[in-house]
Amino acid sequence: MSEMTKQRPKHLALHEIRLPLAGFASILHRVSGAGLFLMLPLLIWLLQLSLGSTQDSAAMFAAVTGNWLVKLILLGLLWAFLHHFCMGIRILLIDIHVGVEKQQAHNSAMTVMVVSLALTAILGLKLLGAY
Amino acid sequence: MQRLVVGAGYGLKDWLAQRITGVVMAVFTLIMFAAALGGAMASREAWQAFMANGFIRFLSFLFIVSLCYHAWVGVRDIWMDYLNSAALRLFLHVMTLLALVGYAGWAIQIIWRL
Repeated sequence: MSEMTKQRPKHLALHEIRLPLAGFASILHRVSGAGLFLMLPLLIWLLQLSLGSTQDSAAMFAAVTGNWLVKLILLGLLWAFLHHFCMGIRILLIDIHVGVEKQQAHNSAMTVMVVSLALTAILGLKLLGAY
Repeated sequence: MQRLVVGAGYGLKDWLAQRITGVVMAVFTLIMFAAALGGAMASREAWQAFMANGFIRFLSFLFIVSLCYHAWVGVRDIWMDYLNSAALRLFLHVMTLLALVGYAGWAIQIIWRL
């Protein structure tokens, strides 16, 4: 009976793990989610400033989003959101048994990485005011 | 063979909740993207008028609730995977939960006072 009892919670030895691409994309899913969680106060604050009715909130929104450090953080969060979004779709597809084979899973992980980075570049340039 | 079930049985429920909340947020994201292409973010006035729309307020409420539940499951899993100390885990679980409930209230208050 004792061997049926799995140790829970399970603790992972990160330094001993060598990841294939799908695993790398998967850990980035976790990293991006954690980053989005940690920066939620900033995002909600920006939402508040963007929807504020006073002249002060408009000026504050412009000042905050004009700061280069904030822009850098928002660019990072943009990538985090897009990666998390694309990986989420990949997970939902695997749930319904689409792309479960090893090679397909590798290809879809590559697709997620490429698409999320490409979208980050396109939308990021908009964010930085390039067009 | 008798199967010994370990844990509180929240696995399947959370797995499903993570999918449902994820889909809600994905759909909302696509709606917002389409709205942005349609000019909803072209100016401060356009953005505020768009977000004040009754249906959009309903959807953004669902988005906020989904986000906070989704983040709770995800962040809790991170603490469970990497932290050995039960006391530290409990502390961070409680802090995460309190933060997310507070964020939800703050964000809902922003969209609903429009």
